[in-house]
Amino acid sequence: MDDQPVCHGVAPVTRRSFQSPLARALGRGAANSGVQHWWAERVTAVALVPLCLWFAASIIAHAGSDYAGFIAWIRTPLATSCMILLLIALFHHSALGLQVVIEDYVHSGVKFVAVIAVRLCCYGLAVVGIIAVVRIAFGG
Amino acid sequence: MIKNGTTDGNSTPARPRPLSPNIQIYRPQLTSVLSIANRFTGLVLSLGAVGLVIWLSAAAAGPRTYGVMQSAIGNWAGQVVLFGCTFAFFLHLCGGIRHLVWDTVHGFELRSIYISGWTVVAASVVLTAAAWTISLFVTGWHL
Repeated sequence: MDDQPVCHGVAPVTRRSFQSPLARALGRGAANSGVQHWWAERVTAVALVPLCLWFAASIIAHAGSDYAGFIAWIRTPLATSCMILLLIALFHHSALGLQVVIEDYVHSGVKFVAVIAVRLCCYGLAVVGIIAVVRIAFGG
Repeated sequence: MIKNGTTDGNSTPARPRPLSPNIQIYRPQLTSVLSIANRFTGLVLSLGAVGLVIWLSAAAAGPRTYGVMQSAIGNWAGQVVLFGCTFAFFLHLCGGIRHLVWDTVHGFELRSIYISGWTVVAASVVLTAAAWTISLFVTGWHL
């Protein structure tokens, strides 16, 4: 890299000279959004790593459980909390991921309908799942 | 943006142009196959998430509904689907961790990409096999 002394010690961000400082601070691209989506996908992914490992380990441990055993497990404070957190992170991550898939392959007006439908379905399913967990945890 | 197969107003009628990337003419490589697999397993797991909600709702509804759900999972077709979901789960999990490492701007050398790629494949196979072996051991080898 000796033939390129200009690049020495320059942080990557300062090389982007075509962006105004305000645009850089806002962190939006040409589409006026995108960073939030990308970042939320990563945050939910990081959250899902321990939650999914906990879920998989718990399901394996309760593979032989009957209904009473399963209910007793969900009713423990840790399982109730983790299951609700899992449902939130899982369906948020799903909504973000499915939106990208739709945006990549659907190029007609159906795209907007599909993106909205996926988002609403994911949030709806998350609520249905959370209500089910709460009913098991606090139901008589 | 001019759409494929349409004209931009004053030129000759356009033919449908090939879309890039033309994945059908490329020889499958580990990199492309894992990229497609990560997206495909994401779709599969979204459906699996719907299954999770149905399963939790069945449990909340009571022992009878839960029993119907358990027998649906318990038969051979349910077990095959569950096995597929398990592999998809571990592949997406390992592939996702690989992506998170890439997000820290590490491991982009071609050699590293292939090492991490095969690690993802091996780890997914081992974890799926381990999960099923342990759960069958827990249930006393009764399917």
